[in-house]
Amino acid sequence: MSCQCECGTCKSPQFELIDRIVETHKDEQGALIPVLHAAQEALGYLPEDVQAYIAEKLNVPLSEVYGVVSFYSLFSIVPKGKYKISVCLGTACYVKGAGEVMAEFEKQLGVKVGQTTEDGHFTLEGCRCLGCCGLAPVLVVNDNIHGRLTTNDVSDIINKYKEIKQ
Amino acid sequence: MRSVDELKALKEKVLKEMSGRVDNNMPTITVHMGTCGIANGAKDVLTAVVDEIKNKSLTNVTVAQTGCPGICYEEPVVTVAIPGQMPFFYGKVSPEKAKKIVTEHFVNNKSVQDWLLNSDGNSTKEISAINYFKPQKKVALTSCGAINPEIIEEYIAVDGYFALAKALTEMTPLQVIDTMSKSGLRGRGGGGFPTGRKWEFAYNSKGDQKYVVCNADEGDPGAFMDRSVLEGTPHAVIEAMAIAGYAIGANQGYVYVRAEYPVAVANLKTAINQAREMGFLGKNIFGKGFDFDLDIRLGAGAFVCGEETALLASIEGKRGEPRPRPPFPAVSGLWGKPTIINNVETLANVPHIIRNGAEWFSAMGTEKSKGTKVFALAGKINNTGLIEVPMGTTLRTIIYDIGGGIPNGKKFKAAQTGGPSGGCIPAEFLDMEIDYDNLIAMGSMMGSGGMIVMDEDTCMVDIARFFLEFTQEESCGKCPPCRIGTKRMLEILTKITEGKGTHEDIENLEILAKTIKNTALCGLGQTSPNPVLSTLKYFRHEYEAHIYDKKCPSGVCKKLVNYSIIAEKCIGCGLCARNCPVDAISGEVKKPYTIDAEKCIKCGVCIEKCKFGAVVKK
Ligand SMILES: Cc1cc2nc3c(=O)[nH]c(=O)nc-3n(C[C@H](O)[C@H](O)[C@H](O)COP(=O)(O)O)c2cc1C
Ligand code: FES
Repeated sequence: MSCQCECGTCKSPQFELIDRIVETHKDEQGALIPVLHAAQEALGYLPEDVQAYIAEKLNVPLSEVYGVVSFYSLFSIVPKGKYKISVCLGTACYVKGAGEVMAEFEKQLGVKVGQTTEDGHFTLEGCRCLGCCGLAPVLVVNDNIHGRLTTNDVSDIINKYKEIKQ
Repeated sequence: MRSVDELKALKEKVLKEMSGRVDNNMPTITVHMGTCGIANGAKDVLTAVVDEIKNKSLTNVTVAQTGCPGICYEEPVVTVAIPGQMPFFYGKVSPEKAKKIVTEHFVNNKSVQDWLLNSDGNSTKEISAINYFKPQKKVALTSCGAINPEIIEEYIAVDGYFALAKALTEMTPLQVIDTMSKSGLRGRGGGGFPTGRKWEFAYNSKGDQKYVVCNADEGDPGAFMDRSVLEGTPHAVIEAMAIAGYAIGANQGYVYVRAEYPVAVANLKTAINQAREMGFLGKNIFGKGFDFDLDIRLGAGAFVCGEETALLASIEGKRGEPRPRPPFPAVSGLWGKPTIINNVETLANVPHIIRNGAEWFSAMGTEKSKGTKVFALAGKINNTGLIEVPMGTTLRTIIYDIGGGIPNGKKFKAAQTGGPSGGCIPAEFLDMEIDYDNLIAMGSMMGSGGMIVMDEDTCMVDIARFFLEFTQEESCGKCPPCRIGTKRMLEILTKITEGKGTHEDIENLEILAKTIKNTALCGLGQTSPNPVLSTLKYFRHEYEAHIYDKKCPSGVCKKLVNYSIIAEKCIGCGLCARNCPVDAISGEVKKPYTIDAEKCIKCGVCIEKCKFGAVVKK
């Protein structure tokens, strides 16, 4: 795999990172998914060259790697925003008005579900049940869960994570 | 761990050393830190408790953490245990409240009666005596919220790993299987298959290598018992898997957990490491020549991976597509080897059954559904949370006694069980005893135990559409009935909710439902029409209102509702007009306002703002 940074000589750090990830999982049966999880955790997403590199390292066809990446909704082949706002669209949350909360986010962020704001700060996503149905409707921003939402909370949440930007 | 005596000695030692909750030596203040507690600010509460103890220079208090006690509606929950007194349970604790609780208890030697959950004004009572807990019976959730899940000794102190000891030292594998069969335990993951029989199949399958898999994919949106068990009592699952391994002759297990449950994964990892260190996992457990170890595999956001054959494909590192059965996993499972797959809650029952015997377990429940069932109570209900009741408890007990009824004086419409594969139970069945067979008979199913309560403001056609959207998105695409059939059904339902329904729609839905049920490859497709069939059965009139009258009786389907102002109630304050984002409301001050239906985008702001209830949607 050729160099991806622009120096033209070195092995890009991202591939060295993957070398290390593959090393820790190489003796596991069915290592592909754990490796993809670790790679996405480290890089934020799984671009094609990374998939190709993983395929080569694990000695599986690229088609199989891509097949797996595209099958599971948590794997992404496009970069995500710094803050991932994931509104739960599970049943409990839906019954309690998660749809309206989602619509309000779309309106205020000016993006649709699955899209990232132009400044790369927020990605808006839907997810299926965070297991906090007792607090429905619920959303998670990266790892922080916010519960008992109403549409009035939307701007506060956006502002809270906007401020972290500076 | 080499012998039972060693385990007994350890338990004695732990009980002696342990302060606070399990054995009362020193006052303890415990913060419940399950995912929902944390989401409600339990971390800040914990910090406040620790700070206040430091500020007041208190030395004789232990601070502890535990999992979720199941009272989600009162989170964050804090308990104070003082030797010789009834434990004090506090709900909706803020950092400020936490400080006051610390001061009152440990400086002034008083409780704060007003904030207590288990008080009748003057005195404290057993927490199990409050309405929410009274009808409950805890088996799988016994230690959830009672012990610190990150300390293996606390699990041992409540007889943890004694079931494994008993199985390995006093029972043959066949006796273990026989006990499971006699207990009548059925799978809690959805299907309700007898656990003993499943283990027996795997026992009888020949193979040099066998596997035990725990299904912690918990895909039903609205169910969270598996998360809570893994977070609150991970050792119970580990112990059960080792027992299962011994019974069928497997020495490797996998726990397949959804990636959406980070706290569960973290607690489980800690627990596995501790169990290994103590020798409950690893080689020659209890000196009986039995080896067993566990690994965790993370899901990656595919609902279908909860289906057992898809789950196995996913552990193997492949796309999580199901395959036809037979062969069943007990014959040919993970990497072609005999494998048993059990749900988290199923497994959490196992140590109790081995310790207390099959008869103890089968004494609870109904004729064909033994033991207890955990339900995740959510939706339009006052007391949301995780409850465990004997099988056969009526829906009325769950909704009104435990759940405290419907908020805002609204009417109960239905309870949905079984998630996207299930159906709804309407009000006329409130007195039905809930067990596997009664639910099936009425067109729903147990599923994993999600129970979403719906009130008069929930539109049943919209809910059916919601579920079809879910299954349609989650269909893996392998078989056409599911891939294409659910899409067609969703299109029809969308059409109906948009007011474009025509008279042949209901019949077409029924034809499609029947075809998909009979021809889809896996459980996901086969059960996907259930939400539609069950709402059609009990709420057909709502479908008809949408199709023929172009009305949504619950006022949910936006395209079918119209907003208007009741002139007699409107005082002409103009608040609605000022807040309308599209200037659809006009009028003169102190005279009734009106809404221009052409401009109205049905956002509902006017209803929210009007203090006089003058705006209505119909
Ligand atoms: C579409 C689909 C989704 C499923 N999801 C789950 C799940 O999330 N958790 C679970 O334990 N079982 C789930 N099951 C049931 C499993 O296939 C399997 O029957 C179960 O894990 C067996 O364990 P048990 O006998 O202990 O219930 C699902 C089945 C289907 C068809
Ligand atoms: S449905 Fe939203 S957290 Fe469960």
